[in-house]
Amino acid sequence: MVEHRRFGNLLPHLVLLIGVLIVAFPVYLAIVASTHDDTLIANGQMPLYPGTHGLETYWHTIVSGTGKTTRQPVGGMMLASLIMAVGIAVGKIAISIISAYAIVFFAFPFRMTTFWIIFITLMLPVEVRIFPTYKITSDLHMLDSYSGLILPLIASATATLLFRQFFMTIPKELVEASKMDGAGPIRFFFDTLLPLSVTNIAALFVILFIYGWNQYLWPLLITTRDDMQTIVIGIKKIIDVHDALTEWSVAMATAVLAMLPPVAVVVLLQRLFVKGLIETEK
Amino acid sequence: MENRAIFSGKLLAFLLVAPQLAVSLIFFYWPAAQAVWQSFLVQDAFGLSTEFVWFENYVELLKTPEYYHAVGVTFLFSTLVVVFSLAIGLLLAVMANRNIRGVQIYRTFLIIPYAVAPAVASVLFIFMFQPGLGMFARALQRWGIDWNPVLNGTHAMTLVIIVAVWNQISYNFLFFLAGLQSIPKSVIEAAAIDGARPMRRFWTIVFPLLSPTTFFLIVVNITYAFFNTLGIIDTATGGGPNGATQTLVYKVFQDGKVGSDLGGSAAQSVILMVIVVILTAVQFRYVEKKVHY
Repeated sequence: MVEHRRFGNLLPHLVLLIGVLIVAFPVYLAIVASTHDDTLIANGQMPLYPGTHGLETYWHTIVSGTGKTTRQPVGGMMLASLIMAVGIAVGKIAISIISAYAIVFFAFPFRMTTFWIIFITLMLPVEVRIFPTYKITSDLHMLDSYSGLILPLIASATATLLFRQFFMTIPKELVEASKMDGAGPIRFFFDTLLPLSVTNIAALFVILFIYGWNQYLWPLLITTRDDMQTIVIGIKKIIDVHDALTEWSVAMATAVLAMLPPVAVVVLLQRLFVKGLIETEK
Repeated sequence: MENRAIFSGKLLAFLLVAPQLAVSLIFFYWPAAQAVWQSFLVQDAFGLSTEFVWFENYVELLKTPEYYHAVGVTFLFSTLVVVFSLAIGLLLAVMANRNIRGVQIYRTFLIIPYAVAPAVASVLFIFMFQPGLGMFARALQRWGIDWNPVLNGTHAMTLVIIVAVWNQISYNFLFFLAGLQSIPKSVIEAAAIDGARPMRRFWTIVFPLLSPTTFFLIVVNITYAFFNTLGIIDTATGGGPNGATQTLVYKVFQDGKVGSDLGGSAAQSVILMVIVVILTAVQFRYVEKKVHY
């Protein structure tokens, strides 16, 4: 960047290429494996280029299930994952944006107390308080339900803090002007605040969608029915059938399908993703 | 907080905060309080009577060798995961921060692991390291290493560390890159004019200026290694063999699933809660101030 380099930019390219290789190779190998025959894979003779069994394998994996195991087809699991991920993203954004709105723009008793009550939830990830949370969810008859999958995971302050920070940068004059025009708090929210928050909402959505789709422990505990299982849990059951019985092509196809939506979101919405990541520090 | 409250509808304000307060109280405060309360109770074998025993559960817990074993495993695992994922993330970020062609393409690939679920990342690596059929397992065997993570504790630990580091590279890369880009070019140019070579410039100027980012990432990565790796461990090794990959969080999970010792399990949870609270407090205290050392 400053002085002339004799070898140009060879070193950075080399290091970054190795980095990309480390990052991409496991994913590439999974894609390749999902297109080969199981016996070929089991022998350890799988080549490094795609085979010809892809369509068949994906058809079995997504739609029909396979004969060897009593496993459910993955299509339903993907739907469950999608509902959970979108539910968490939409739910968390919805409850956070309105509570941040109240905390920043309203005068009401116990405003700071409310803020602190919400703020402290940043502290404990669900993993630490997992069994008591499980018990409450079960007491509320929410096992095997989408509300049980979603609600406990939206109890966190990250999104609220982000909206609060953003709202505090909105000039007071804007609100005054809106009031002068005769707008009440509800109209101000929909006509002014929401349009201004679109980028923030989108960035949060990307981060929360990935967070929701990739959840493991919570859905593992609270789903017992097959049709409620998410794909991230489903995949474990496929390789759980011990050793020789594992249908590796199906397992790898499932892995590819489990990666596809979040990876697509991250790659296609890269700018929003990076913004969301840096701002929520998630 | 600056007072900018402008609207005065108390009822409306209450309705706006009610959903989040309700969710927090029901699914956060109540369970956390339950865990603390249970950690002070002992239940008899049939669950018929409970007795308040103060810190007895904690004392009992701290007497079991398994607990110290899990502490050791957690320490080793977290240290290696934090060191490797930070070092790799920093190296890649420094390289990507050079003014070179195709940075966008490199970055697009490098953020992929973030989107891969820990459990799925585990499956990718299990496939490569499966004795008999996995590509790397076979290569290791050809080199005379009897690779078998199902039986060998060191191999199992190596496997989960590799997966955990791989899964975390994107995050560290992106935060280091953002940190590097916020360092003013003029500072570095000034040093170059003074005759400092690139390596020297990095260690005497760039790295110290990067310290808030590094510090923030250390805390976040410790939290990650402690808590977010449960999916990796559960899928890859199940805590085995013989507890070789059983971290503290995984132990809570396994003990809780069996469910025989509610008080002891709760005491373990409470100790973990204290650890997270300390980590978070440290993170806020130092990071919010954006201190340079």
